Amino acid sequence: MSTRTVLSQADIHRALTRIAHEILEGNRGADDLVVMGIPTRGVLLADRIGDALRAISGQAVPVGAVDATLFRDDLRRQPTRAPRPTTVPDGGIDGKTVVLVDDVLYSGRTIRAALDALSAIGRPRVVRLAVLVDRGHRELPIRADYVGKNLPTSTSERIFVRLDGIDDAEEVAIEGGDR
Amino acid sequence: MKHLLSTADLGLDEAIRILDIAEDMADVSTREVRKLPTLRGITVVNLFFEDSTRTRISFEAAAKRLSADVINFSAKGSSVSKGESLKDTAQTLAAMGADGIVIRHPASGAPRVLAHSGWVEAGVVNAGDGTHEHPTQALLDAFTMRRRFHGAAARGRDLAGTRVLIVGDVLHSRVARSNAWLLKTLGAEVTFVAPPTLLPNGVAAFGVDVYYDLDEALARVQPDVVMMLRIQQERMNAAFFPNGREYARSWGLSATRLHGLPERTLVMHPGPMNRGLEISDEAADSPRSTVLEQVTNGVSVRMAVLYLTLAAGETN
Repeated sequence: MSTRTVLSQADIHRALTRIAHEILEGNRGADDLVVMGIPTRGVLLADRIGDALRAISGQAVPVGAVDATLFRDDLRRQPTRAPRPTTVPDGGIDGKTVVLVDDVLYSGRTIRAALDALSAIGRPRVVRLAVLVDRGHRELPIRADYVGKNLPTSTSERIFVRLDGIDDAEEVAIEGGDR
Repeated sequence: MKHLLSTADLGLDEAIRILDIAEDMADVSTREVRKLPTLRGITVVNLFFEDSTRTRISFEAAAKRLSADVINFSAKGSSVSKGESLKDTAQTLAAMGADGIVIRHPASGAPRVLAHSGWVEAGVVNAGDGTHEHPTQALLDAFTMRRRFHGAAARGRDLAGTRVLIVGDVLHSRVARSNAWLLKTLGAEVTFVAPPTLLPNGVAAFGVDVYYDLDEALARVQPDVVMMLRIQQERMNAAFFPNGREYARSWGLSATRLHGLPERTLVMHPGPMNRGLEISDEAADSPRSTVLEQVTNGVSVRMAVLYLTLAAGETN
């Protein structure tokens, strides 16, 4: 089975920096921004986007994590998954602009679950979605506001996001497919 | 994990996994919406053949917080008093669509029979069987210790080196058995203290230290946790000790004994307490008593257990 790298470490860094710029542009600054990552790799990406937002705007942006496991609609179709911790930054999310961050956007079901999880924490003014890779094949009416890379795929292919801090490499790779 | 029948079945990784998930469940109670949709559409039956208030209510609260439907069944005033067998009762409930059965039964081993007999497909959680086991109580005790000693950094930790004194009616106590097995798996050092009449035959098989004298045990072990067991009046069918006053004097946690404990030592009790018998008011109401925390944590731990036994599908 063939594997090829579609984003290198430098590509990932550039994509996240661009996303941070776009978030600041859309929000007209860093006021009332909260970045919430979806475990596992979304949390790492959220941290990096948070760092980039502070570097660009000179203003610290609260970063948290929102776990969607217990809100999923496919729990009964899979072996039990252990939930991951949810961390809500001081100040909460009420009335804030929350940017959800995940690594890969695929069916949209994780994001649906994460939106439910968010509403159990509070009521944001706006929720935006940032993803490193959008690979298509949505099963729900959900789209990303900020995308690192659009990657049209076939369903037989698999996407691997590897990040320093969790994996021993940093890249986005694609495996398999009939091409 | 299809069933939870015994803490003796739990390995270290699985025990820590349950406690970690219970941490996540505990976080839910701090949220604006204290409810999860996780077990929506799943029916849990509380099948209680023995009186219990707190355990049944705790399981009910846990199931409801996970959005499951709950049916409460108590043997009193049911067909059981007309002589229905466990098999027929269980199959009747299964025919009504029970996905999970939480069972308390006066016969040791009843939950295991229910789980492995093939009578029902449902996941089975042992909520106390005879004088055998009460696994969720042991899990919530371990969870409470871990939280008190490690606070927010509790996730992923075991209880290595924690010295736990379990005092009182070990003979009839399913709490003591479940705790002994679980705490040892988690790396704690467990000691039983009881009058010789209230220790089971073959207590050596538990692999714990045994003392007959509470003051000697407190002085020698310098425990991190003192867990007082309830004197089970309903099972006191023989002369296990002369009378309550003598028991309280010899094996009760009095104010004097409380003040002699090391500063960080926790006082635990599974409830309901016999104040003045195994535990004094001073001990029960002191800041080092975790009695109410144990009740609160019980809901989180039972949510974790219901999640692990019922959330996944047939493939698991």
